[in-house]
Amino acid sequence: MTTKNGDHLIQKPRKNPLRWPIIIALALVYIWAFSGVPFTGFKETAGQIMKSIMAGIFSPDWGYVYLPEGEDLLRGLLDTLAISILGTVISAVLCIPFAFWSARNMSKYRPISGSGKIMLSFIRTFPEIIMAILFIKAVGPGSFAGVLALGLHSIGMLGKLFADDIENIDFGPSEALLASGATRMQQLWFAVLPQVLPGFLNYTLYRFEINVRSATILGVIGAGGIGTPLIFALSTRSWPRVGIILLGIVVMITVIDLISGYVRKKLV
Amino acid sequence: MKNPLESGTRQTARPLPPTRTKHVLTALLILLLLWGSAVQTEVSFKELIEGFPNMLDLLREMFPPRWTYFDNIVDGMLETIRMALVGTTIGAIIAIPVALLCAGNLMPHRWVYYPARFLLNLVRTLPDLLLAALFVAVFGLGPVPGILALAVFSVGLIAKLTYETLETIDQGPLEAMTAVGANAIQRIVFGVVPQISAAFMSYVLYTFEINVRAAAILGLVGAGGIGLFYEATLGFLEYDKTAVIILFTLAIVLFIDFASTKLREKLL
Repeated sequence: MTTKNGDHLIQKPRKNPLRWPIIIALALVYIWAFSGVPFTGFKETAGQIMKSIMAGIFSPDWGYVYLPEGEDLLRGLLDTLAISILGTVISAVLCIPFAFWSARNMSKYRPISGSGKIMLSFIRTFPEIIMAILFIKAVGPGSFAGVLALGLHSIGMLGKLFADDIENIDFGPSEALLASGATRMQQLWFAVLPQVLPGFLNYTLYRFEINVRSATILGVIGAGGIGTPLIFALSTRSWPRVGIILLGIVVMITVIDLISGYVRKKLV
Repeated sequence: MKNPLESGTRQTARPLPPTRTKHVLTALLILLLLWGSAVQTEVSFKELIEGFPNMLDLLREMFPPRWTYFDNIVDGMLETIRMALVGTTIGAIIAIPVALLCAGNLMPHRWVYYPARFLLNLVRTLPDLLLAALFVAVFGLGPVPGILALAVFSVGLIAKLTYETLETIDQGPLEAMTAVGANAIQRIVFGVVPQISAAFMSYVLYTFEINVRAAAILGLVGAGGIGLFYEATLGFLEYDKTAVIILFTLAIVLFIDFASTKLREKLL
């Protein structure tokens, strides 16, 4: 567009014609959502409980950190850590076939990789807590059920990330090896593996960070870890103990994030 | 005349193959960790194999699902979605100032953004179910503690993703506005917001996806939503009803994921 004296005018971006319908629809959704929330009817004691929780958190029950006869904070945290380590390793191994199955460049036909992707997203949407409930039925309550639940659930995310990585590999080295007479195994070992390994390790560590957080809540339903004593302390209202457990969880996760972040930075 | 190639090879020695000690030590360390974790969590494959028929029994009892139960849980599912929506919205609104406080390129001094980031990291260490258990202890049963837990969790996630994006924005418009005498608020409204609003909306949608999944299990600790029905049906060993809940949740989660992914693709 040009005016009389030849200056160029920049046209204003045109507004989306669907703007108002979208805004009205969003407003209706929000009215529905907020009107259904019973914001009234808090326990009158909420303020008091909040105060005692704060008091408990700032004067933690240090005696709980280590008890000679067991069932203390350190052992609970160690249990949580062990659950997440084993769960992560199990899923990192099990997801490799799934990743190759659902990587688009590994199979000739699209439905094959497509079915793999659907399988992975099905596993991903199945909550780990529900998986843990199922495994508790099989192996009884305890940490092992938690390990199995995390191991199975993490396949969903790791498999997807690994598959994305495999889809991005460069086939040049593979072809060069094939031209010089390498077998299929040798191609995988010397051309594919070196390209995907750093990514695999990176995602596995990332998933490990997530799994440590998940493992802290598995105890809520009796699948081992620090969650069990936490729920117990919450229901008996022993706030100093809740305080020390929360403190322990925060410290453990922060330390693990730091270590894992450092290793991942070195990997990439 | 000397052969340039020859002198070149003389000066740079052939690179040595990488030593194996490091790899062997890493592998040993990982094996040791795994063994320790297995001992700690009392892994026993005997139990898994013996318990496996129990799990199959459980799955067999789940089918066929009792579809008539569907009518009972629609309200619970609506409450779940409502909780996720309200929690995400509250979290997103609070996340805006928090993200601005954490952004190193917008805040004047590291004394502002280092403590802000530290606090944000602390908030992010606590998983949603754990927060919900805490809030249930304070506010009593119902959807409100669930909403608060999701809101706190959303602040952690959205603020982190947003401040990392804020640090990559183009400083040009900001400088231009400073040059023409804009104040801090004007700089943020006209210089920062247009650059990150699409990314921010995308993060909010992503958090909403996560929150729908989380809201579906918050009921396990008494924080409202469809999770309450797991307790009810599992407690009475009515697994065919549990199957209906699981399938319904999967369908809703997959649908919301699909819609949200499409929207996010349009946004960016």
